Amino acid sequence: MAVITINRKQFEKEIGKLDEKMQDRIGMFGTPIEELTKNELQIEIFPNRPDMLSYHGFKRAFLAFLNKKKGLKDYKVNKPEKDYQVIIDSSVKGVRSHTACAIVKGLKLDDDKIKELIEIQEKLHVTIGRKRKKLAIGIYPLEKIKLPITYKALEPDKIKFIPLESNREMSGLQVLQQHPAGKDYAHLLAGKAKFPIFIDADNNILSMPPIINSQLTGKITTKTKDVFVECSGEDFELLSKCLNILITTLADMGGKIYQMQLKRGKKDTTPDLTPEKAKISLENTNKLLGLNLNEKELKQFLERMGYNYNKGEVEIPSWRVDILHEVDLIEDVAIAYGYENFEPEIPSISTIGGEEPKETIKKRISKILAGLNMLEVSNYHLTKKEDQFTKMGISKKNEDNFIEIEDSKTDYTILRENLSHYLLKNFSENVDSEYPQKIFEIGRVFQLKSNKIIEKEKLAVAIAPGSFTETKQALEYFFRMINLKIKLKEPEEVLEHFIDGRIGEIMINNKSIGYLGEVHPKILKNWKIKMPVTLFEIELDDVFEALAQN
Amino acid sequence: MPNQKLIESLSQHEQKILPYLKEKNINEICKKSNLDKVAVLRALEYLQNKNIIKLSYEKKKIITIGINGALYKKKGLPERRLLNVLNEKRILELKEAQEQSKLSDDEFKASIGALKKKALIELNKGKIIFNANKEEIAKKTLEEIFIESLPIEYDSISPEQLHALKSLQNRKDILEIKEKQKIGIEVTELGKKISSSKIKQQNLIEQVTQETLKKESLWKGKKFRRYDVTSAVPEISGGKRHFVNQAIDHARKTWTDMGFQEMSGDMIQSSFWNFDALFTAQDHPVREMQDTFFLDKKDELPEKKLVEAVKQSHEKGTGGSKGWGGSWKEDEAKELVLRTHTTCLSARTLAKLKDKDLPVKFFAIGKCFRNETVDWSHGFEFNQTEGIVVDPNANFRHLLGYLKQFFNKMGFEKIRFRPAYFPYTEPSVEIDFFHPEKEVWLELGGAGIFRPEVTIPLLGKHIPVLAWGPGFDRILMDYFGIKDLRELYKNDLTKLRKMKFWVK
Repeated sequence: MAVITINRKQFEKEIGKLDEKMQDRIGMFGTPIEELTKNELQIEIFPNRPDMLSYHGFKRAFLAFLNKKKGLKDYKVNKPEKDYQVIIDSSVKGVRSHTACAIVKGLKLDDDKIKELIEIQEKLHVTIGRKRKKLAIGIYPLEKIKLPITYKALEPDKIKFIPLESNREMSGLQVLQQHPAGKDYAHLLAGKAKFPIFIDADNNILSMPPIINSQLTGKITTKTKDVFVECSGEDFELLSKCLNILITTLADMGGKIYQMQLKRGKKDTTPDLTPEKAKISLENTNKLLGLNLNEKELKQFLERMGYNYNKGEVEIPSWRVDILHEVDLIEDVAIAYGYENFEPEIPSISTIGGEEPKETIKKRISKILAGLNMLEVSNYHLTKKEDQFTKMGISKKNEDNFIEIEDSKTDYTILRENLSHYLLKNFSENVDSEYPQKIFEIGRVFQLKSNKIIEKEKLAVAIAPGSFTETKQALEYFFRMINLKIKLKEPEEVLEHFIDGRIGEIMINNKSIGYLGEVHPKILKNWKIKMPVTLFEIELDDVFEALAQN
Repeated sequence: MPNQKLIESLSQHEQKILPYLKEKNINEICKKSNLDKVAVLRALEYLQNKNIIKLSYEKKKIITIGINGALYKKKGLPERRLLNVLNEKRILELKEAQEQSKLSDDEFKASIGALKKKALIELNKGKIIFNANKEEIAKKTLEEIFIESLPIEYDSISPEQLHALKSLQNRKDILEIKEKQKIGIEVTELGKKISSSKIKQQNLIEQVTQETLKKESLWKGKKFRRYDVTSAVPEISGGKRHFVNQAIDHARKTWTDMGFQEMSGDMIQSSFWNFDALFTAQDHPVREMQDTFFLDKKDELPEKKLVEAVKQSHEKGTGGSKGWGGSWKEDEAKELVLRTHTTCLSARTLAKLKDKDLPVKFFAIGKCFRNETVDWSHGFEFNQTEGIVVDPNANFRHLLGYLKQFFNKMGFEKIRFRPAYFPYTEPSVEIDFFHPEKEVWLELGGAGIFRPEVTIPLLGKHIPVLAWGPGFDRILMDYFGIKDLRELYKNDLTKLRKMKFWVK
């Protein structure tokens, strides 16, 4: 979640008083307020609006929404001056193939603005940059650079420069191994024979994207007036949009935008702030939103979201990355119209409702057992290996059949294959609660059968202090109440957690559906349970099936 | 209550102790009434409830004799036993003194200390030199006098006794300090009247038993003892459905009342259904292990036509969309995950729909997962509820209409909608409800209309599908007054027994 912090004083001076109405406007614009203090306003920016990841970007969009500066904001873009060139060497192909660049001049930077610039870079890196994988940004003081600039890839040992926040020269490889930023992003260059660099006409390395700038030319200060801005990555369209977000922010800070020539196979200039054109239909808009707008209103609402509109055509700001389809424009119309102004309506269509038949049965089961004074419990679907195996007396070599999840942040690392171990865990955690304790759970378990995962519904009942007779009575009562016949037989196989000779295998129509038995004292000891426990666990899918046949 | 009725309400125990209320203490009452202490205490409480007596409780610290103390009282304190030895020999080696006095190491050390403090002995080069005269040692020490005076109330001891207490307190098990509750009984005016009353109980029937019922003569024309119907009885509890499931049952009923059919399905889903079919880009952060549980296993993809349509939707867009660009990889779509939302069930349902089924409404409610640590507001499992409306004429106002109705029925009276973002809906909505006690707006969850990039591959054409999938745990916690999310899955039986039913 991206949050930007805005100086309250600046907001109130440039946009308006942060009273309750203004706070409401901010929320209804789709930028919920995270926190408002005496000095600061924090708002959340949704992932589809990276153009609002800085105060200036937010202000541009929000002023239009407030109807103070509506329509598409125009920026003057100056033609390249002499040597405003970036020569793109073919060596970058497949390493970090593209770049989009610009120069912004005449900035008057102060500490606040520098902070805003650093923050927007970081936020763009994390969001649309996907942690610098898709794009990396560099902003450099132009006075330290001799134009033209070359973008090329070199073998790591041929790259030598002093990276930011360091005081000694490092090779490309050393940067990855030793510099903190290098270590964080080393994976992005891993396995590449060559690393990309920006280098100026004096052969000074400006940066090694997407890792780090050079100490010499990579730091903006309050003395910096003119800057060189670049974005590098694989998707040229994304880079261009990101560049547009950055340079329009810089322009809003008082800079003048200059294009640069990109010299590669074909000639190209960036940035390009020409608005993209898209169609919007009044009919589609009204149909999707359930409104009855006229064209004039449509135009008005689009202008309040920063677009221009003319006869079914919308001009989309070149810094918007989120307009994939007409519906994206229609949503913006809805925001401008105001979500609070829509009248909720339930259409008169007739449909038949109904719950899943299995859920109806599960509800009944729970009623029957509650009638036996049993409490339903509800446990996690994830469990611990120790709980499912070790404490249930299943030795390490037999615990091969489990489904593990990758990289769990807790020690719940496998999917449960039965409910019984969880019921014993519940007893174990409730030794101070009043006895008798009678509990049951109806729930999903996961089993691995020839490398396929099968999900099953199960029912388990446990009683403490419990006797075999009482539990068998409960089991039989339950099946009598749902009108199914069961038989108990001696199992062929002994289950580790029961006492041998006190286990019954539960059969429906000659099919085994589970077991009932008295838990072995050694298992109770593992769980620190000081009461005799009997339990049964059955597969409900078989019960559903038998009920369907009835 | 007139006295007659009051007297008829006295239980046998209460009647038995009634004459002895003025006794000095409870033990006396026990003796005289021939009842055990528990019975007497209970009877006293009942009498108090009937305003016959007033009880007062006073906590007292009582100093009593400990295990060693009792022994010393009989055999003499260790220092006394040592003194007796020294009285004969005046000067003695330490070792000899210990042997002759038959004291343990600890006792010997303690008595040397005690005697030195009283300046009765001196130590010199491993020898004990005895200084005192006969009169001095014949006197009982403060400690000895103190032990004899036990038990004694802490609050009533003199300065000398306090001195003795302090020196004995540090020694093992000589003293024991107990807290005792002293119960005072004061007979009220009413009580006095009752006690002196001429009206007496005669042959009141206590419990009606099977025996009583066997013979008419045992009850006919007789009086029953009156019960105090207001007095407290021990709590019991019954079996019941887990409160989370009660709430889910209620939501299920709400949905079906509104004409929605239930969808159900697996908790383990391929990324295809959980993400790709919902137009979630393959490089979207939610698809990292950081956020989602992956299983390191793959599933088969559905029919080729659908897979191709989804691929097209992602790479180049569909129905006038630009798509996400880049290349869409089948391999990533095959990755199995624990479902991160029930919306995957909606995607599967849409893929099976035919034109003739429309309009149709579905809901789901179930567990979803995310890779999270556990604290009061986070967990790796959570409940979500999900609704979709597939109707060629559906619009945004209908979406708000359904949402409003659903949440009103779930007990949220004041709700509002504001813009939101989800990869698979446009327009998107966030639903807030106004918390009447906290007086703030709190988030309930997200909703929207499925994007054409979602519906065209699944339905074959763009039909607006209204969809919402708010988390359910917030609703639960609010209703049951739970502040810590972990409580939902803690299964504390004492709490489960006390938990209120869902009665909305």
